[in-house]
Amino acid sequence: MTWRSPLALVREALRGQRAREKDLRNLASNLPYEGLEKGKQPNRYFPGNAIKTTKYTLLLFIPMNLFEQFHRLANIYFVGLAILNFVPVVNAFQPEVALIPICVILCLTALKDAWEDFRRYQSDRKLNNTPCLIYSRKEKQFVERRWKDVRVGDFVRVVCNEIVPADLLLLHTSDPSGVCHIETSNLDGETNLKLRRTMSGLCISHPVFEPESFNSVVVCEKPNNNLNHFKCYAEKPDKEKVGAGIESLLLRGCTVRNTDHAVGFVVYAGHETKSMLNNNGPRYKRSKLERKLNINVFFCVILLFTMCLIGALGHFLWLQALPVVPPFLVPDSNGHLDSPSLSGFYMFFTMIILLQVLIPISLYVSIELVKIGQIFFITNDIDLYDEDTDSRVQCKALNITEDLGQIEYIFSDKTGTLTENKMVFRRCSIMGTEYPHKENGKPLSSCYSTFHWVSHSCRAESSSSSSQKIDPYLDFFLALAICNTVVVSMATAQRQRVSSLHSRQTNNPLNTLSNLVKKPGSLHRIFTFWQRKPKRNRTISEDSVTEGDDFNPPVKTEEPGDINGLQTCSLYAPSQCNMPATTSDNLSYEAESPDEAALVYAAKAYGFTLLARTHDSVTVRLPSGEDLVFEVLDTLTFDPIRKRMSILVRHPITKKFVLYTKGADYAIMELLGTPYAGMCRQHQKNIAADTQHHLDCYAKEGLRTLCFTKKIVSDKMYESWLVNRRRALAAIDNREELVMDTAVQLETNLSLLGATGIEDRLQESVPDTIVALREAGIQVWVLTGDKPETAVNIGYACRLLEDEDLVINMSCKNKVRRPLSASLKVGCLTQNPRNVDTTQDISLVIDGRTLTMALSSDLQDRFVDLAKRCRSVLCCRVTPLQKSRVVKVVREKLKVMTLAVGDGANDVNMIQAADIGIGISGQEGMQAVMASDFAISRFRHLKKLLLVHGHWCYTRLANMIIYFFYKNVAYVNLLFWYQFFCGFSGTAMIDYWLMIFFNLFFTSVPPIMFGIMDNDVSAEMLLGVPELYRMGQGAGAYKFSTFWVSMLDAFYQSLVCFFIPYLAYQDSDIDVFTFGTPLNTISLFTILLHLSIEIKTVIHWVIILGSVVLYFIVTLAYSGLCITCNPPSNPYWILQSQMADPMFYLICILTTVVALLPRYIFHVLRNSIAPSPLAQARHLDRLDPSTKSELIKEWRSFRGGGQVKRSRLSTPPSPTLETPVDIHLQSPISSDVMGDEFILNVITENYQRERNVNSEESEEKASKLQSLMLFLWKWSVHTPNPLVKRAELSLAYFILQ
Amino acid sequence: MGRTKKMVKEELANRPDNTAFTQQRLPAWQPMLSAGIVIPGFVIIGLAFIGIGVALFVTSQSIQLLELDYTGVEQTSPCFKCSDPNAKNCMCELTFSTDTLFKGPVFFYYGLSNYFQNYRSYGVSKDDDQLSGNLDNFKSPSDTCAPYEYDRNNKPFVPCGAVANSLFNDTFKLYQIVNGAKKVVPLDGKGISWWTDYNIKYRNPAVTPLKNAFNGTVKPLYWSKPAYELDPSDPANNGFINQDFLVWMRRAALPDFRKLYRRITDGDYAEGLPAGNYSLQIAYNYPVLSFEGRKKVVFSNVSWMGGKNEFLGIAYLVIGSLCVVMSVVMLIVYAKFKFPEEE
Repeated sequence: MTWRSPLALVREALRGQRAREKDLRNLASNLPYEGLEKGKQPNRYFPGNAIKTTKYTLLLFIPMNLFEQFHRLANIYFVGLAILNFVPVVNAFQPEVALIPICVILCLTALKDAWEDFRRYQSDRKLNNTPCLIYSRKEKQFVERRWKDVRVGDFVRVVCNEIVPADLLLLHTSDPSGVCHIETSNLDGETNLKLRRTMSGLCISHPVFEPESFNSVVVCEKPNNNLNHFKCYAEKPDKEKVGAGIESLLLRGCTVRNTDHAVGFVVYAGHETKSMLNNNGPRYKRSKLERKLNINVFFCVILLFTMCLIGALGHFLWLQALPVVPPFLVPDSNGHLDSPSLSGFYMFFTMIILLQVLIPISLYVSIELVKIGQIFFITNDIDLYDEDTDSRVQCKALNITEDLGQIEYIFSDKTGTLTENKMVFRRCSIMGTEYPHKENGKPLSSCYSTFHWVSHSCRAESSSSSSQKIDPYLDFFLALAICNTVVVSMATAQRQRVSSLHSRQTNNPLNTLSNLVKKPGSLHRIFTFWQRKPKRNRTISEDSVTEGDDFNPPVKTEEPGDINGLQTCSLYAPSQCNMPATTSDNLSYEAESPDEAALVYAAKAYGFTLLARTHDSVTVRLPSGEDLVFEVLDTLTFDPIRKRMSILVRHPITKKFVLYTKGADYAIMELLGTPYAGMCRQHQKNIAADTQHHLDCYAKEGLRTLCFTKKIVSDKMYESWLVNRRRALAAIDNREELVMDTAVQLETNLSLLGATGIEDRLQESVPDTIVALREAGIQVWVLTGDKPETAVNIGYACRLLEDEDLVINMSCKNKVRRPLSASLKVGCLTQNPRNVDTTQDISLVIDGRTLTMALSSDLQDRFVDLAKRCRSVLCCRVTPLQKSRVVKVVREKLKVMTLAVGDGANDVNMIQAADIGIGISGQEGMQAVMASDFAISRFRHLKKLLLVHGHWCYTRLANMIIYFFYKNVAYVNLLFWYQFFCGFSGTAMIDYWLMIFFNLFFTSVPPIMFGIMDNDVSAEMLLGVPELYRMGQGAGAYKFSTFWVSMLDAFYQSLVCFFIPYLAYQDSDIDVFTFGTPLNTISLFTILLHLSIEIKTVIHWVIILGSVVLYFIVTLAYSGLCITCNPPSNPYWILQSQMADPMFYLICILTTVVALLPRYIFHVLRNSIAPSPLAQARHLDRLDPSTKSELIKEWRSFRGGGQVKRSRLSTPPSPTLETPVDIHLQSPISSDVMGDEFILNVITENYQRERNVNSEESEEKASKLQSLMLFLWKWSVHTPNPLVKRAELSLAYFILQ
Repeated sequence: MGRTKKMVKEELANRPDNTAFTQQRLPAWQPMLSAGIVIPGFVIIGLAFIGIGVALFVTSQSIQLLELDYTGVEQTSPCFKCSDPNAKNCMCELTFSTDTLFKGPVFFYYGLSNYFQNYRSYGVSKDDDQLSGNLDNFKSPSDTCAPYEYDRNNKPFVPCGAVANSLFNDTFKLYQIVNGAKKVVPLDGKGISWWTDYNIKYRNPAVTPLKNAFNGTVKPLYWSKPAYELDPSDPANNGFINQDFLVWMRRAALPDFRKLYRRITDGDYAEGLPAGNYSLQIAYNYPVLSFEGRKKVVFSNVSWMGGKNEFLGIAYLVIGSLCVVMSVVMLIVYAKFKFPEEE
């Protein structure tokens, strides 16, 4: 190490700082500089790959940890008190003893922190020492090093199943096509494989990669934590720039799969890697109860100060009243006595020391213990355990269990949360003809017709070979099979085999088609062979084919049982079809979204088997058993703005460039262009209209819809597009937008092939759960990205919407966003919101666009006001950001406890915005779970989690906290009352150690055990009567009134506990500590029996008795041993002598009874005269099961009113396609009343062509609204239904203000 | 079979144990506090309390108590002359009479009022090690004794501290006046302190004669004679194990207190004080007027419940009756508002 001037060092450090802060980084290979000293390294400014996640170092642990702990205000307070003990003027007896409790608490916390940090240190060390392969110029090969040795600019080689040590720019892989699969489960929990590509145009196409030949400079952006975004380009020596994105980046922490080895260039290392930047420890949330608790602690502080002031003042007055110095007044060592005012001032602090127990020091520790216990029981609940995934409920946030019992609003995602997210292909519409895929018979019809068409077209082709037309049916299924990013993985097969497979097959594409011609007949036979009722089914299906144009839904055959059959059919059709499927059997598809997998499986069911996908080709086996290999020219990946994806392939037979696009219907329909080759425009239009009709019907059935299109791209067009595309890919600024623009350029003039309907089945017991949650007083909102029709249908299916509900459908047709308000002052419907009670039967359906308007700052108050009257709200087509905004607005405006539940990455925002975020570990990866506070595996678990555990946790903790306050006040007041009889001199009549023990041991275990184990009402009752949950909402059991009532009780009890013994021992020869002993004992009995009003199980009895026994054993032992150990008390033999005195027992019994009598009498009278629902439930709990269930029913019908009527509808109304709901209302304002179902569609339209709002327009709008009002008014006059009127009023309130 | 079971177990490794404890289904025994259940409880408690109350009250009534204030505030009081702070070695005599036999054993207390033995800094002002006979603490008493630690000549006080210093030093002699002549009533000063104090807590240093242990120390400021000469009649009642000293050192809990002075158990008076006239000769030393205190002597006989205290008996009677009344109220409530399920 050479000496360098400090100035140079500073300059170097500054330069390093600047290099790290720059927006763009230039990285060069380290190899030319290998072996040189650090100052010469080009990448020396960037941190190495060693990581350190520990918070503390060995030397600085104690100061740092203490600093950390003193962030807690309570700790500072307690330490301050302990220090106060050492101030001489306060006359503390044993200042050292006062340190014990705070030291114990600090030590416990420090131990916990140290252990956690040690664990982090160990895992860091393990990670840093993991071996990896780094290229060394000296040895001309990759040599084994440790992770910590990796530096930016190194070349690292990772082999199959190895974890990537740093963020690598992929330069070379063992795969000839330059792809590498990675599994990102360490990062986001998603187990599907992701494809990464080498940087095109850079890699040296030798079979062996030579890092030394890499002479480009890699320019990349500043490190950021976005896992799905990366921009960089490599500048070759000849100034040519090659761009790369996230698809070329191997992230630290990922595992390489399906690829022998890969070589990458380290761009970010250590703490700058994306995975490390994403790693921001656990979140700390403060629960509502804790916030209130702090207010009460504050009250206690005020109380303490008041008592101390009284003491100080009393002392002053007492001293003042003394004529001369009495013998018991002890002057200081100089024989000097302080003036009464100074003594009174000092006495204030002495009193603080004496009465400090009033602020429960052990409360915070106890709360933490209780929460650990509660979490233990939540995670151990077998009802919240899912056998399919072998997963329990996970509690990620450790300190908000009690918030579960206070939820008022639930925001739920739909897909994967309410539904299974196991997609099942149900229906498809091809060229305007609808094919259901429902029963065993149905696939045949589509199969049959498909092959009919296929054979027909093939025949046509064979007859006229000049025809360029490939049949749309073939195209449809091809699109199904290839237009996706599904990765084929085989259990055993190697990539090579698949490659060789298709290289062999590509030779004879013509055979393929000719074989196709022959096959259908045989297939048909086989199909009919395994059918049970071939004849009849075929007729039906034939019918449906012929009647395809005026879509006739087979509602009558819809039975709940057919779901399994359907699945079997769709998934296993090929093998039953006796396909030559030796290879396709062990194929499994790994898709990014379950929809894609469902489509690929559906295509497979119809014989179009996706066999292999590589970077530049995709192989499909046709029903004939022949394989087609398409050359993939480009994949325009899905993005949420375009809402579609495309794949550009070269057709192996026609050699034409074909673009297959799939996407949401509204994203596709507007792109349909030139008619299909050879067909007239009108026909194409008809197809589009029919398909749209089918799509609407699908949506109404609750299916997820996708449209498939095809486009033949001319060679010329492709060439020109390719240039743009390349440029866009190489761009570093605005790369995303440019790439998207190129995609949009190509995706025009599409021709429609058809549409698919995929069913996303409801999870089990979702309706029950929603009904129960609603009865529990929780409003359930569903926020979904789906179409309104789909969402409404799911809403009905899961009983979010009921048949008799009034559904307000708000949507605006116009795209231009303008504030809805427009200052319309029509009439003065000043409706006091208080008068309109929370309506039970209005539901609101609102779509994303309207929601954006409704959440704008000027309208959100009104929106929230309207929404809070609605029983349920359904937001459709909302973006993740909107989801979180809705949650935030409701949470802030209504000041309610919110819970968000979701399963996908799109729910993360919402989950984080809510008071409690719940992740459902489902099909869509773990991102939601990672962001959540609690993770469950099924939606129905929410019911028990909230209604039972939430209620329990909340009541337990609330009761425990109140009890803690009570206990301390009751006990400390004894000391306070004694001050009136000792000249306010701060004397304690109870031994100091016993006082500490009293709080630490004798009376702390029972409340903690109650906090963990108390079951105020059985789980059965809580689930049976969800209304009981309402007890916890709002202020719940922990109200200020509850707090003050228990404070008053504490005052009363302490008065009794002090003055009965006082009167009994008056004028006797009792000494100080003999007087204190019965007081202590009485307090123990009173405080423990106070708790036993709520006593529940044997364990509680054992603990309470154990505490009493412990008290006597410890006190007796202490009194038996301490002769002069603890001056001035020296409680030697005091309890023993007291226990030999019958008066002791008589006083104890009397005092305890008198102290507890009011509370018990109050409980008894309340339970008898006006029992709370909880008391009633508790009462029912004790009856035998049969009468209990009967009474629960009776009770609910009595209390809930409407519930019985609803529960009669045990099966949710299945919305069918027959329901004539017209959703294509073009008139700006219209409404429909259909039978029992009130569906009111309010479509607010924006007439925003011109920018300025002229008065005429306002008038027009006003008149329209007035007509709406008039209509509503008439309607409500005609319908003798009060709820309609209520709906109308709140609606009017919303619109007209 | 076993293997499949094991496999199932392995597969569902995360499955929680289905026990009553983890599933929170422990058998609950829950006293439901409704009127129907507590009525019998109230009746039982009420009756029991009334019983105890009656017993206590009767016992308390049977206790005889005689209190004589001898502070000497009133000019008529025979001790008025002694209440002057300047009077030294003042003696006064109090006469009283009993109509009936004062049943024995009679306990003879002295009582002080408005005297705060429980004052915080007063209570600490002693040296327990010194009092347990540790000679090192004779030489250098604990700091807690300050300012009654060393005298002006820097000699240690033994016993040190405010408690010992303020030892009550009035002495009493009781005479029965039989036919105009004074007959001494023997007072028993043995065993009036706690047994543990006398035998364990307080110890004299193992030096004979005891006087030698006190070499180089001075007697407390207010004391008239040193600790080893407190009771000239009984050498075993000197030093720190002097009964009067022990009684004083056990600090009273409340500002109005009495402390046991003697018991009358011997000779003619074993059965009690017969009816007649008595004369109490008081050596008046202890000043109490400085803090508006009062001094008194109390003669009392004791029962199993200690001294006379009517409060407890009355309290038991009141609470017992209250319980009975409450049970009647409950009965009405129960009849009116019982749960429908209890039918």
